[in-house]
Amino acid sequence: MTESSRRKFLARAAATMSAAVLAGCDKISQSTWGPNVLRGAEQLTHMVQRAITNRHALAPEFTKADIAPIFRANGTLNPDSDDYDAHVATGFRNWRVAVRGLVHNPLDLSVADLRAMPSRTQITRHDCVEGWSCIGEWTGALLSEIIIKAEPKRHTKFVVFHCADNMSNDDNHPQFYYESLDLIEAMHPQTILAYDLNGKPLPVANGAPVRLRAERQLGYKMAKYVNGIELVTDFNHINGGKGGYWEDQGYNWWAGI
Amino acid sequence: MASLAPTGSAHKERLLVYRHSVMVRVLHWINALVLLVMLMSGLQIFNAHPALYLGKTADFDHPVLSMSAWREPDGSLKGVTQVGPYQFNTTGMLGVSSFYGQMVVRGFPSWATIPGFKSLALGRLWHFFFAWLFVINGLLFASYAISSGHIRELLPTGHDIRNIGKDFVDHLRLRFPKGKEALHYNVLQKLAYFTVIFILGPLIVLTGLTMSPTVDTAVPQLLWLFGGRQTARTIHFICAFSFVGFFVVHIVMLVLSAPINGLRSMITGRFAIESDDD
Repeated sequence: MTESSRRKFLARAAATMSAAVLAGCDKISQSTWGPNVLRGAEQLTHMVQRAITNRHALAPEFTKADIAPIFRANGTLNPDSDDYDAHVATGFRNWRVAVRGLVHNPLDLSVADLRAMPSRTQITRHDCVEGWSCIGEWTGALLSEIIIKAEPKRHTKFVVFHCADNMSNDDNHPQFYYESLDLIEAMHPQTILAYDLNGKPLPVANGAPVRLRAERQLGYKMAKYVNGIELVTDFNHINGGKGGYWEDQGYNWWAGI
Repeated sequence: MASLAPTGSAHKERLLVYRHSVMVRVLHWINALVLLVMLMSGLQIFNAHPALYLGKTADFDHPVLSMSAWREPDGSLKGVTQVGPYQFNTTGMLGVSSFYGQMVVRGFPSWATIPGFKSLALGRLWHFFFAWLFVINGLLFASYAISSGHIRELLPTGHDIRNIGKDFVDHLRLRFPKGKEALHYNVLQKLAYFTVIFILGPLIVLTGLTMSPTVDTAVPQLLWLFGGRQTARTIHFICAFSFVGFFVVHIVMLVLSAPINGLRSMITGRFAIESDDD
């Protein structure tokens, strides 16, 4: 082989190999076993992140000077249902957050009830799974207080958040946004049901009247338009069974990374 | 150099010399595959928000780099890449590219991402699975290099530093070490390998971890170290393309010096030299 034909051979071999790798990766991506194998790493990441992070450790907090002038809204910007529009028209006076599931004391909390509960104000960074970040000041009721007030039963492992925004285009088969946290994240001192953003009632685009803030997780965990909280042992029976709307679409349940 | 086996009988003897240990060869090829998947799944993740910023948070109006699509008056799509204040038409490559014959809006083109179709969820699965392989492979190499003394081969000596000018000029003239000299890394190789393995590698891992909100809670010092999450993301991106840059130079050097010989030495471990009778 001459030097130049050798080079051509090497270049062709490299191009063929990389094309094969790409085709292979797409095949694996579209198989059922491939993503399941890849998902194995999620367990490892979850375990290691839990091990290195103190369960009470606080996410970094910032100063007023760091607050973004407009807090970027993502996902549903307006649930836009007749029901929701009626709540907007009445200033969410009749909005209730129903606390159900493994509780001895079911609750139906109005926004006024939430405002009367022990609260926390925090200036935190919101990290979207897409890669961007935005800083805002959130005020809300401590989720831990709500859970304690509802008197959870033993065997409670997860807290599921039900929302008013329908993600389905088909009104006959609505698919409401939902999310879930384990008890460590749910009882964390920075985990709140926020009703104020930057000192003002939450705008519709950001989840009015209440949204979840779980500051050690990515943005998709922080359900907006929350109207229900359900304490469960597992979430296999809820919608796709993966613990959240985006989880059912293939996203990781562990959203610490 | 463990074994010297003469293979020729001419005046100049051709010797096959054992050059790379099995550890180095295996870890090298695993790393090559892992880095390729990391890069391409990383570009898939980047495509979810194809812009980079500096600081704690994203200043959406002032990205340091962004890829976007504009609708031309004739209805066609134009891909625009903005770097600081400069804008470039990158239609076909960045911002807008072809996917199964149709021009679509996407940061990096389909052939550069894993998976080829748009899926942030799958891109993240690939990226975080292979990230563990990258870290484990890197730690195995580091412990091997330190325990076996291989690391000394990667550290420039005083003699190397004094002759760095000559080495530089030789490289520019494409004159590469021959014979026994080719059995040791020259100073530019040492600097490149050392920097990539012991600086770029850890840097890309740490900036990646800085993007994790849980890791930021456990180790907030990372945010201070890199100047905020968005700067860390930008450094992560620059590191990724530094690996691409290293790869290009690595391949060019291989092809210009001794492609078959070099490739074989990284597969079988044996590198051929022609020894003079000195």
